[in-house]
Formats: sequence, structure tokens, C-alpha cells
Amino acid sequence: MTTDFWRIVFGRLDLGALDFLTAFRDPTLNEIILSGAAWAVILGGLAAVVALSRYRLWGPLWQNYLVSVDHKRIGIMYIVLAGIMLVRGVLEGVVMRGQQADGLGGGFLSANHYAQLFSTHGTIMIFFMAMPFLTGLINIVVPLQIGARDVSFPMLNSASLGLTVAGAALVMISLVVGQFSTGGWTAYPPYTDSLFQPGPGPDYWLWSVLLAGLGTTITGINFVVTILRERAPGMTLMKMPMFTWTALCTAILMVFALPPVTVSTAMLLLDRYAGFHFFTNALGGNMMNYANLFWLFGHPEVYILILPAFGVYSEIVATYSGKRLYGYGSLVVATMSIAVLSFTVWLHHFFTMGQDADMNAAFGIATMLIGVPTGVKVYDWMATMYRGRVRMTVPMVYLVSFMVLFVLGGLSGIILANPSIDFQVHNTLFLVAHFHNMLIPGLLFGMLAGYTYWFPKLFGFRLNDRWGYISAWSWVAGFVLVFFPMYVVGLMGMTRRTVAYTNPAYQPWMILSAVGGVVVTVALLSLFVQLYVSIRDREFTRDIGGDPWDARTLEWATPSPVPAYNFAVIPHVHAREAFAVAKEAGLGYQAPPAYADIHLPGDTWMGVILAVFGTAFGFGMIWYMWWLAALSFAVMAVAFIGRALRGDRAGVVIPAAQVAAEHRAWLAAVGRLAPVTREHEQDGINHGVAAPETREVAA
Amino acid sequence: MSGTSAIHAAPGLSYEAGHDHDHDAAGKALWGFWLFMMSDLILFGLFFATYATMLDPMSYAGGPTPRDLFELPGAAMETAVLLTSTLTFGLASLAVKYEQGRGRVLGWLGVTLALGLVFLGLEVREFAHMIAIGAVPQRSGFLSAFFGLVPLHGLHVTAGAIWLVILMVQIVGKGIDAGLTSRLARLALFWHFLDIIWIGIFSIVYLGGIV
Amino acid sequence: MSAPQSSKLNAQGYRHDLRGYLTGFGLAVVLTVIPFAMVAMGDTLDRATVIGVVAVLGVVQLFVHLRYFLHVDFSPEEREKVYLLAFSALLLFLMAAGTIWVLVNMNTRMMGMG
Repeated sequence: MTTDFWRIVFGRLDLGALDFLTAFRDPTLNEIILSGAAWAVILGGLAAVVALSRYRLWGPLWQNYLVSVDHKRIGIMYIVLAGIMLVRGVLEGVVMRGQQADGLGGGFLSANHYAQLFSTHGTIMIFFMAMPFLTGLINIVVPLQIGARDVSFPMLNSASLGLTVAGAALVMISLVVGQFSTGGWTAYPPYTDSLFQPGPGPDYWLWSVLLAGLGTTITGINFVVTILRERAPGMTLMKMPMFTWTALCTAILMVFALPPVTVSTAMLLLDRYAGFHFFTNALGGNMMNYANLFWLFGHPEVYILILPAFGVYSEIVATYSGKRLYGYGSLVVATMSIAVLSFTVWLHHFFTMGQDADMNAAFGIATMLIGVPTGVKVYDWMATMYRGRVRMTVPMVYLVSFMVLFVLGGLSGIILANPSIDFQVHNTLFLVAHFHNMLIPGLLFGMLAGYTYWFPKLFGFRLNDRWGYISAWSWVAGFVLVFFPMYVVGLMGMTRRTVAYTNPAYQPWMILSAVGGVVVTVALLSLFVQLYVSIRDREFTRDIGGDPWDARTLEWATPSPVPAYNFAVIPHVHAREAFAVAKEAGLGYQAPPAYADIHLPGDTWMGVILAVFGTAFGFGMIWYMWWLAALSFAVMAVAFIGRALRGDRAGVVIPAAQVAAEHRAWLAAVGRLAPVTREHEQDGINHGVAAPETREVAA
Repeated sequence: MSGTSAIHAAPGLSYEAGHDHDHDAAGKALWGFWLFMMSDLILFGLFFATYATMLDPMSYAGGPTPRDLFELPGAAMETAVLLTSTLTFGLASLAVKYEQGRGRVLGWLGVTLALGLVFLGLEVREFAHMIAIGAVPQRSGFLSAFFGLVPLHGLHVTAGAIWLVILMVQIVGKGIDAGLTSRLARLALFWHFLDIIWIGIFSIVYLGGIV
Repeated sequence: MSAPQSSKLNAQGYRHDLRGYLTGFGLAVVLTVIPFAMVAMGDTLDRATVIGVVAVLGVVQLFVHLRYFLHVDFSPEEREKVYLLAFSALLLFLMAAGTIWVLVNMNTRMMGMG
């Protein structure tokens, strides 16, 4: 009787699930690493709680962030999430490099542990590092670039964040309670079916991806409407900054590319929970449909990830070259072409599955076509730099490294697009080298460049350059060291996702790769040192004027840090790169004729409710604690219905007098500051007002 | 560009007196909802495609085939009820637009809700019958695909019905204001959209299965 | 669905709109009854023809619904919506037809059936 009761309460969860405790009984290196990761999550969480209590930060955190609908605050929370997940993802990668350096005939990790590592590493890096990072940047930058007060649906923006956090929380919980999937980031059945993995692992994967995917779909809808409906008067589509264009295309892709993964996840859940036969071996299931559905999402997803980085590169290349962005129209067309073509190539992820050669050829050709618009972009960026006033700032280090490395990675992609070559190297480390070669320079470098570039806009001081350079060059060197050896061993035939190997020829390359892992760790640490040093020395790098880089688009026409209402008065836009054109005419800082009251949307608890109860719902489903799942679902449903019944919370009104006072004070400060020339961009005297320079005439 | 010549002369950007430009909240919400529906359309499209690929002896796995399971009268009844409900929702929308009074709006919405519930009842009866004769989703890939697709539509109708009840409660409580009109417009889109999905279901699943 | 100016609140406008819904409903009924009837006639008709007619009338009915119930037309105000629908239709086609193409091809090759 009591056993039945506890089974209802805890489902299939028992003390055996706390397997990180086995390290005390069986202290092998494998168990210690497993256990250490779990303890890091537990102690890290505790440390955060203690620190927040010690410095009495719960109130400000709740007020200013958790319930805030301010797009900048939501963006910061996304990026903090991305940062935490980046740490875990990188460390997992380093452990894997260590294992393979030692992997000739053994190594120190168990096969099961290694499989969990590459599964969580991929899942985290795509869904919980890359996606939150780019979503955060879009959140922060897009409303500022288009001259808006906020996004179209602020409450839903908070809800999206809540769902993403819930997904990430489930992945973190899996370190402590039970195990994660061992099925890779793609979770192919039948290996992830209940027949082969009856445990909670694949369920952790499924529920985290489903929750985060819903959040991403809502984000996509939100930003399509925001960009189409909230632009400042006069900003036609063809006057939008390039980053906003890429954000628009990414948002469209989010709306249309997430449904396939929602479908494949829902079907696999039905297979696992209700005995359906979508993908099973028996009774007419068809696992090939899973691969098909997953990559219908997976390939556009690659462009969801990479387009915003292209946008960042387009912004920084113009700013740090002191020139108008070259080939704006061709960049817009290239971005749109990539977005549409991305839906026509998914089959190249399973060339070897057995369809006929004509079909492979068709998708191979489509894949090569995608290289064309991407090539156009690289030429446009180079042409922007040509005869420009180029400053090798930290974001430019990322850009230039990206241009070289990304073209190399793209070439390996063209090689893989040829089905007959793909048959030789599929499932080897050559492929792993290829997609890391696209995503690290293509996505991560872009995000880090954007982080460095826009940081002063949000916090009012610049990031430390010295540590920025150390980090950037370490990322570049570390990346090359880790992944270029993989091209070699991949061609030699070393398969991916294999814990150990028997061919001694692989080992020197794997040791080289592990050395790269150390360099990447240095790069990651340098990022945090940079943040610490920058905060410590913030008085020396104050950005008061709001334009430390002599930048070109609307977001730099505001004070730093940007006030909650963004613009004192919404500007009318008359040109592409409007701020640069205005500055050139000496009209960068005009006093508006009049100020008006500003209405801002009110707070919402929706994000917090979805984060907490979304996690609880997922946890309940994973461990068969049906009461918890039902209860959490009910709470979320009631929250939504309740809001529908009650309507929006009353917003905040900022009186015109206050806006006027703040804006005039800022204009006065700008007038007092000495404008700096580009020679002194990185010096202490740069307080965010740029001296006019001889520029080409912007048409 | 609503500017005088002075504004056109201003390079880059300029500030004008006056309030923020008009934010059409209802229009934005409607647009967002259209996007959501298109996302949902892809979702349904892939369930349809999966169903189509499961119309194969391999996926029947020796179990019942569409011809064994589906009957025209039941599908015709469901179609008639749902199609009529889309008309009655249209009449409710007209009653709102031409301000024909709360009673008339509630009346047509009530009829729509009733038809929606009858539709759901018919579906549940059909599923119960199938399960009773052993045509359960666990039987074959084909039946999994059927029970993935058709009940998904049913779940959408259920969500629409709940939403309809909520709006009716609000109309009784607060009357018909701008916010409610906007919400009703979105629900109308949703309801008509579900009828379009049903065209696909009766054409592909039922008629295509029986012919 | 914005409430019209009171001056436009007239019976004429209402009758016009009502006629729209009723026309749509009438067409939908016809376009539903024909395929059902053809399938009901059973083996007297050629199977391929019936499938063709069901498919074509289904697509026609889709447009009827868009026009009369969802009020999508080619007027300038609706242009954005038409673009959205066309784009969605393109992607739906790519994904759904692509899925069927790929999987039927593999079924045929690997199982010798299909």
C-alpha cells in the first residue's frame, strides 16, 4: 500500500537516480568527472542563492529583470543563460578532447558517459547556447535599430524566455537526477525508442527541446511583427540596418522551421509514452521519417543560427571601416535567398540513407547553390573594408578570422555536398570538423563580436580591450588546433561519437586537438576575466555620449546606458545608416521640438511562471510523476486564461517633463565632452562622442 | 513620410513634435495570429505528409486498412457540422461588426459552440468505435499516423471551444469592447482555419481512404 | 473587423456581408457534396478520376474559404497577407511534398513495395 503511494508521488524516480553519489563508493576518474559536474550544478546554484541573499539582490533581480518586459533586460537574461550554458558546453568539449587524446584502446571515460557528453554538448550548444545568445542580441538590438519603444508583444517575449529557461533547466537537472540521453543531439530512433533506452535520458532531451522550441516559435512571431510593424516613421524596409534584416529572416525561419522539430519530437514522445509506431522497428514504423522531419528543421536551423551573426558582421565591418556598408541591396537579396534555399537541402544530412542517386544529386546541387549568396556576402564585407579606415578592434579580430576560417569551412561543405564523397566521409570526424568550422567562426565569433560591440550601449562602459584580444586570439588559435586535426583523422576514417579507437595513427592528432582544448579553455576564462576587469575599471571606459565607435545606425543615437524608453522622441528616418548621415551633416544630436508622455508596458509574471512550472511539468513527465505534470500544466493554463480574462497589466507612464529633463541633461553632457578621433578609440578619453572625420559622401 | 519640406531637407534623422505614431494593437495581434496559424499549418502539413507515407502495406503491418475502417456517413456528418459552425461563427462576427447587440452575438456564438461540441462528440464516438474493434494506435504505423493527425485537429477544436467559452463569459461580464472585438476576430480566424484543415482531412483521410 | 463608422451602419452593408458568408457557405456545400457523392457511388466511377476530382475540389474549396470566411483578397491592404500565404504555401509544398517524395522513394527501393 505504501509502496503504491510512493510510486504515485515519485513516479519512477528513486534514490538510484542520484547516481552522482556512486563516486564515493567507486572513485574512478569517470565517476569523479560525472560527480564533479553534478556537484558543480548543485554548488553553483547554492552559491548563486547565497550571493543574491548576502547582497540583498533578490528584490532588484525580481523587479528589474525577472518580471520586466523591457526588451533589453530580457535580452540580457538570454545572454546570461547562453553564457552559463557556454561554460558547460565548452567544458564538456574539453573533457571529450581529453578522452580522445587518451583514447587509444581505452581512455578514462566509460562509453555511456562519453555518449552522454556528446549528446548534451550538442544539445546545449545549439538549443541553449547559440539560440539564447542570438535571441538575446536580437532582443537587445532590433527595437533600438528600428526606433521602437519595445517589441510588439512584450508579455509573449517574457513567456518565450521562460520556456527557454525551462528547457535549459531540465538539461541541467539531468546532471544531478538520472541521466541524459545517449542518442546524440539529433536523438535518432530507434535507438532513442523505449525499447533501447527505456530510462529517462531521451525524455530529458525531448521535453527540453519541445519547451525551448515553443519558446523559439513565439520569439519568431514576435520579431516578424515587431520588425514589420514597429519601425520608426520613414524607415522603409530598404532603409533597415543589415542586422535587422538578418533578424527578420531568422524570425521568419523560426516561425516556419520549428514546426518540423515539434512534430518529430511529439511523434517520438507518442512512441515512447503511448506505444505508437511512428518510428519503431516493429509494426510499420519508419525511422527514416524521423531523420527526414528532424532535418527539415535542422537545416534551416543552421541558418537561424548563422544569419544573425552575418548581421553582426555587416554592422561592425561598416563601423570599424568608417565606411558605408558595401552592396546593401545584394546583402539583403543574399540573406533572403539563403533563408529560402535553406528549406531545399535537408536531405544532404542523410545522403547515405538509401534514396536513389538522382535524388542525392538534386539535393547536392541545391546545397552547392547555397554557397553562392554566402560568397556574395563575403565579397561585400571585403569591399566594405577596401580603402576604409579599418581599425583592428576586438570585433574586427573576430570578423577577419571569421572570413578566413568560414571560407575554409564552406569549402569543406562543398566537398561534403558531393554525395559520392559524402559516402566516404559521412559519420567521420571530417564532418564534425566541418560543422564546427561553420558554427564556431560563423556563429560564436559573431555573437562574441556583437557582445563586445553593443556592451557599452547597455551598461555605459566599454569592455577591456587587452583581455578582449587575448580571448579573441585564443578562440581563433584554440579552434584551429581543436578542429583542423579532425579533418585529417576524419579522412583517415576515424568515426565520430566513438569513445575509443585502435588505430595508433589517430593519437598524435587527437593529442594536438586536446592541446587546442586547453587553449579554448583559456579563451573562455579570458572572457570572464575581461568582464571582471571591465567592471572593475569601468570609470576609465565610461561611455556617456553613447557612440564610442563612431557607429552608423539608430541605436547609437541614444544615451548609454539606454533608458527604459529607448528614445526620448521617436526619430523620423530619412536615410539608410541614418545616424552616420546625420552626424556627417553635424546633426547627430538634435534637440527635439517637444517631448510627450511615454507609455511603457507593465510587468508580467508570465516568464517566471512558465520557467518554474514549465520545468516542473517537464520533470513530472520525465519521471512519470503525473500529479506534478498535471498540476504544473494547470497552473500554466490558468495563468494564460487569467491573463486573457484580465487583459494587459496597466503600463507605466513616464511624464514628458521627466523625459525632457533626462534628454536635455544628456545633450548637455554630449556638448561638454571632447569628441575623440579614431586614433583614441580604445583610450580612456573616449567617452562616447565621435569627432567628425573625412568620410566618403554617403548618398 | 508625412513630412513638410523642412523634414525632407533634414539629412539622416529628425525629430518632430507630437505623440508617438499610432500603434494599432488589434492589427498587430491579428498579424501575429496569422503567423501563428501559418506555423500551425506547417505542423499539420507534416502530420498529413507522414500519414500519406504510412498508406503503405508495410505500415498497415497486417492490421486494418483505411477501407476497413472509414465510413462515409460518419465523415459526412462531421463535415456538415463543422462547416455549419464556420457559417454561424461568421454570423456572430457580423453581429459584432454591425452592433446587433449582445444577445445576438451570444446566440450565434452559442450555436457555434454547440456545433463544435457535437463535432467533438461525433469524433470521440468514432475513435471509441475504432478502439473497440482493435484499431488502436499501437496496432500499426498507419493507425499511429491516423491517431496523430485527426485527434490533433480535434484538440485544436477543443482549444477553440474553451476559448469560445472564455470570450462568451467575458461578453456576459463586460460587454463587447475593442479588446473583445479583437480577440473575437482572432478566434474567428482560428475557427475558419480549422475548417480548412478539415477539408484536408476529409479529402485525404476519409474520401481518399474509402475510394 | 474594425467597427465601421456609424454612418456606414446600414442594412445595405450588412446584407452585402451576409451575402458573402452565405455565398461562401453555399459554394462550400456544393464543393463538399460532389466529392462525397462521387465516392459514395463506389466502383461505378474510375478510381483515378475520383481521386483527381476530390483533390481539385479540395483545393478550390480552400480558396473559397480564404475568400469568403477569412476575407483574403488581392486588395492593396491585404497584399502582405497574400505574400504570407503564398510563402507559407511554398514552404508547405517543399516540406510535405519533399517528405512524401523522399520516403516513398526509400520505401520503393528498400522494401520493394510502395
